[in-house]
Amino acid sequence: MAAFARIVVSAVFAGAAAGVLAALLQLVFVQPVLLHAELYESGILVHFGAGAVSAHQDVGGVVFGRDALSILFTLLIYTGYALILVALMAAAEARGAVITARTGLLWGLAGFVSVNFAPGFSLAPEVPGVAAADVYARQAWWGVTVVAAAVALWLIAFGRGWAAWGAAVALLLAPHLVGAPEPDVFTGPVPPEIGAAFAARAFGVGMAAWVMLGGFAGFFWRREAARAGAAAQA
Amino acid sequence: MTTVTKTATASDADSVLIPALVAGFIGLAIVFAAGLIQAQTLHDAAHDARHSTGFPCH
Repeated sequence: MAAFARIVVSAVFAGAAAGVLAALLQLVFVQPVLLHAELYESGILVHFGAGAVSAHQDVGGVVFGRDALSILFTLLIYTGYALILVALMAAAEARGAVITARTGLLWGLAGFVSVNFAPGFSLAPEVPGVAAADVYARQAWWGVTVVAAAVALWLIAFGRGWAAWGAAVALLLAPHLVGAPEPDVFTGPVPPEIGAAFAARAFGVGMAAWVMLGGFAGFFWRREAARAGAAAQA
Repeated sequence: MTTVTKTATASDADSVLIPALVAGFIGLAIVFAAGLIQAQTLHDAAHDARHSTGFPCH
């Protein structure tokens, strides 16, 4: 029970801290690109229409209800990730790994690669309005790719010998050699410049958020250990 | 640091497994609900966060 409480407390603190910062980064850097794309998705702006469209649009400011929901769900998503991350950290520590805020940064980077970059390599972060294959097929491929990448990174970090590393390479490559579900035709109305900016911003914010999540997770995991140790001695 | 970790964890290796599994499962459930369930209301509320965090959306 003590171990469960320690995992949950560390994860909730880390997820809340990284989630709030991730939400702020998203609202500042990703949301304006997303709102700009929605002007094309909704037909208010038309790419290659009758006249040239200015690249500089008023995309609106803060929309309280919408942005509050985005913050809430970003918090939830990163708290969920934190619970998984800290659980894996606890399992690794039991096998002899050293978990601190500093090593946590590497765990966070591995989380970014597993959850954002590996699936995004073939299924790039989608700007609103892009053509895409069936959502359930993409979600299934996304889930399999995330798990495969996470197992691969675990094998690279903790595996011993060429068998483990070879399996890791196969797990990293396989989803992309099989290929992600793709649409039959391209129908996206959004300029490619906006789509590219969106993918780059989503990756950048994702990496920053995950590295912070890993660092915070390591930090709170150590702090809870120190607290448990102090309580045991008292 | 290293010695502390080793002495503390040698006996914890088994006791941490079940709590870690339970916590990880709760985390999976939260990620699934916030990121993947396609129910209309949930999708609309999570829309911007899902796009920004790279989930397949729509």
